[in-house]
Amino acid sequence: MEALTHANYWAAIVLAMIGLYAVIAPSNLIKKLIGLGMFQSAIFLVYITAGKVEGGTAPIIDAAYGVYSNPLPHVLILTAIVVAVSTLAVGLALTVAIKRDYGTVEEDEIDEQDRR
Amino acid sequence: MDPQAQGPRAIDIYVDILLLVLLVAAALVVVTLRNLLAAALVLGIYSLIMAALWVVLDAVDVAFTEAAVGAGVTTVFMLLAIAATGRHEKIAHRRPWLPILASLAVGGLMIFGTLDLPAFGDPQAPAQQHVAPHYLEQGEAETGVPNIVTAVLASYRGFDTLGEVTVIFTAGIGVLLMLGVASRRRRAGESDDDDTGDRS
Repeated sequence: MEALTHANYWAAIVLAMIGLYAVIAPSNLIKKLIGLGMFQSAIFLVYITAGKVEGGTAPIIDAAYGVYSNPLPHVLILTAIVVAVSTLAVGLALTVAIKRDYGTVEEDEIDEQDRR
Repeated sequence: MDPQAQGPRAIDIYVDILLLVLLVAAALVVVTLRNLLAAALVLGIYSLIMAALWVVLDAVDVAFTEAAVGAGVTTVFMLLAIAATGRHEKIAHRRPWLPILASLAVGGLMIFGTLDLPAFGDPQAPAQQHVAPHYLEQGEAETGVPNIVTAVLASYRGFDTLGEVTVIFTAGIGVLLMLGVASRRRRAGESDDDDTGDRS
């Protein structure tokens, strides 16, 4: 089990790398936003992992339990999830507006039209 | 570690690892899919696996928010936007090695950064020793709420939650301005849709 002590962090980093790739590589704007969402989830995973306490339970106080995981990362990430959806909604609205004005959501085609 | 804690803890780690593997697999599928409709649906599955992982990591409040907002509302927004912009991603002609190199470099630096972090679940980690014990010990007496996440969110840090609501309100205004009544009037005659993000 010793080798697994950082497994959660490393999985989160792999997810962040996949998300970052999906933000840079595709030319489709919707695909970029999907990548952004995955990157954000990966960061959430880092926070929640840092709050886990060995043998702990969910931070709801009850006489039957003595050890609880740290509630503060949970609060932060609850807020962050809702803010992430807000930013995603604005991003998608921008994409729809771009589709309306340019007739495409592919980055290179938009660049081409801008250069004309 | 007492022997009684060994059993549940070991199974927790196996479930944890299984969910992490599923997450990475779902993420790879999302990136490689060319059909955006399918990609959005697999992203919903990714969020749902993430919600299961939050339960394993004791973050039950985060889990139901992720399941409702991440897997539910996000997927609805995605589907609405894809309906308005087309479901097929064009095959990009650029070379993929530069983005791969960039994300590998960032990932390498981040892994280097994690080497100094305390081990997973370490109760002696600095994050567990700062203000969290105060909330866990005094929270119920001070606020009357047994769920400490709710107590911090709504009572101790109520102003932060007000700020969060402001963010949602601003995002709703932004979406309405871009897709709402005003732009519709300006483009009278063009076809339109109702992708307003103010329901979150």
